[in-house]
Amino acid sequence: MSVYLDHAATTPMCESAIGAMNTALRKLGNPSSLHTQGRSTRKDVEDAREQIARAVHCQPSEVIFTGSGTEANNAAIKGLFWNSPKKVIVISSIEHHAVLDPALWLVEHEGAELIQIPVTNAGVIDLDFLRALVAARGSEIALISVMHSNNETGVMQPIAEVVNVAGSIPVHTDAVQSFSKVPLSYKDLGLFAMTISGHKVGGPLGIGALILRRAVEIPALLHGGGQERDIRSGTLNAPSIVALAAAITAGVYDASAVSKLRSHFEEGVLRARPDAVINGQSAPRLPGISNITFPGTQSDSLLLLMDSEKVSCSTGAACTAGVHRPSHVLMAMGLTDVLSQSSLRFSFGATNTQADVDYALSVLPTVIERGLAANAVGKK
Amino acid sequence: MKIIAAMSGGVDSAVAAARAVEAGHEVIGVHLALSSNPQKYRSGARGCCTIEDSHDARRAADVIGIPFYIWDMADEFHDEVVENFMSEYAAGRTPNPCLRCNEKIKFAAVLDRAKAMGFDGVVTGHYARTRESNAGRTLHRAVDPLKDQSYVLAVLNREQIDGAIFPLGDTEKVDIRIEAEKRGLAVAQKPDSHDICFVPSGDNAGWLRDRLGSEVGPIVDQDGTKIGEHNGAYTYTIGQRKGLGLSVAAPDGAPRFVLKIEPVTNTVVVGARKDLAVSSMRGERAIFCGPAVGAAPTRGFVQVRAHGAALDCTYYVDGAHLVAELDEPLLGLATGQAMVIYDGDRVVGSATICETA
Repeated sequence: MSVYLDHAATTPMCESAIGAMNTALRKLGNPSSLHTQGRSTRKDVEDAREQIARAVHCQPSEVIFTGSGTEANNAAIKGLFWNSPKKVIVISSIEHHAVLDPALWLVEHEGAELIQIPVTNAGVIDLDFLRALVAARGSEIALISVMHSNNETGVMQPIAEVVNVAGSIPVHTDAVQSFSKVPLSYKDLGLFAMTISGHKVGGPLGIGALILRRAVEIPALLHGGGQERDIRSGTLNAPSIVALAAAITAGVYDASAVSKLRSHFEEGVLRARPDAVINGQSAPRLPGISNITFPGTQSDSLLLLMDSEKVSCSTGAACTAGVHRPSHVLMAMGLTDVLSQSSLRFSFGATNTQADVDYALSVLPTVIERGLAANAVGKK
Repeated sequence: MKIIAAMSGGVDSAVAAARAVEAGHEVIGVHLALSSNPQKYRSGARGCCTIEDSHDARRAADVIGIPFYIWDMADEFHDEVVENFMSEYAAGRTPNPCLRCNEKIKFAAVLDRAKAMGFDGVVTGHYARTRESNAGRTLHRAVDPLKDQSYVLAVLNREQIDGAIFPLGDTEKVDIRIEAEKRGLAVAQKPDSHDICFVPSGDNAGWLRDRLGSEVGPIVDQDGTKIGEHNGAYTYTIGQRKGLGLSVAAPDGAPRFVLKIEPVTNTVVVGARKDLAVSSMRGERAIFCGPAVGAAPTRGFVQVRAHGAALDCTYYVDGAHLVAELDEPLLGLATGQAMVIYDGDRVVGSATICETA
């Protein structure tokens, strides 16, 4: 058997999304066209937009479709920065590269100053740091971006408090991992901007959305036909948009079932390897993500060995060359670079079963033994 | 067997991996990331281990249909190969980092790790052959004399040879490229890499100067008379003729060559061509990949450069040293280079040259 435990990377498309996409692929019409076919496709897109808006708790006009979560994050970080005369960008120290890298780019090319909010050992941002920062330099801050939950550990962040502390400073959250897994309301949180992505929720690859307050006009990354409030030009990807809405509406994700699987898995891991450490365990976490340090191992060896046993997991975020580097997320939580490179992420999703957990646990002891041996020879 | 295919992103290692799969092995492709700050692209035929190379390796593995991973060996490579390269030059010797990498990384760090993880060996795209004999597995030259890489593999010990598979040794390079085309491997016409992978500019002297500094020192003749200046003795190689920039001509007007590098005094000694002649060499850190060599003089061949000639010699072990006495003198031989002894096409062993006479 093979067991897929990398749902935080991408998760299977749900049947209703595949059905909706197939139907839409057969349909002719550019949603920007004025004729019958164009209007028909436009209606599908706008129906989808309304469904998504209902799920997100925002106005339909606040949904701006993009080609990915990364694009939505770039549009938000760069757009909100360019839209402000202020130069300070505040993000957490555990952001995904899709937030961290545009912020660093703005530092390098646009004169921004970047301040990163530290996190506790449990992986939760230090709100006192943020309070003090806003009190001292609030008038200089162009935007604050803190992810709703972390992609490597699943640790959820106190976004409502961030918005409260921020006051009038625009707050963006990367909700790619949280969306449709845990309760999430753009409106109730009082957010300025939020990012979601299709393929993490049973929708297709290549579709994301920036939720951005209406009547806010941020500079665009892509210029052209003026679609999406002139913030994201480009022919709307109707089949993917329709499929994303179908996935969200289907709601195949059962948080309590996934959470139970994750608990069984973590209990089993700790029974087999009492020295294993579950990162972020004491903080509120997403139901499906488990980030575990196996001291004395190297995660790239473990991944290879798990993969050869037909269990798919992850070493965290991969970098350009596919070379595993110490996770900035785990390092921010106080792990050494050695320990952070001894960690694996297992992420559970709607399609997993208890049999998957049992199988993964059955191969784990040998994998860890071999991983320990491989690491030991490397250190001789 | 369950084996790791070390895949550089070049054509040779890709075909080697494909042949290993066809031979019935369970093969997993691994690309070694040897630079912690890799360049995006290769510049011409220089360097390796760029991000582009790792993509090429991954693509080849996907086409062959084997799993593929990247192993970060940048720290090991830096400690064992790059540091050694610098310290050897600083000590006035001329190291061969490719041998060092084979000895310490590809067939040590990688092989050890592979074995610990439950694999039986490592397959690479080196041009060399192995044969089974009563004395165990032995290492031999490849059939393609232009590509033969037995010289750079001669640092492997018996255990390492036992864990190595070289599927390309029986084929000429030109045919490997044709085979790669037939297999649909996009790297079929990728240029071979040359030079030293971590010196992508190809300018070894400049690279060393940047790291070791460039202290001006004297260039002297054999009488000790100063006849010029240099910017760092380690940027010279024994036998070097060009780029000496001497201000005083030799009395006989003949060209002069680097005879000796004295790192302590930062002095480069030059002299006539005939003074380069070497008729015997001693090597330290001897490694025998076949039956061990004793004190009894034995006839064979010695090779002192990666693509140098096999020179007729008599060799024997003298205490801790491997000694080769040449039938005909050789001009210009740097310490630090490897001396590799052959018995016909079989690699007897190797040592690092520490003394010449």
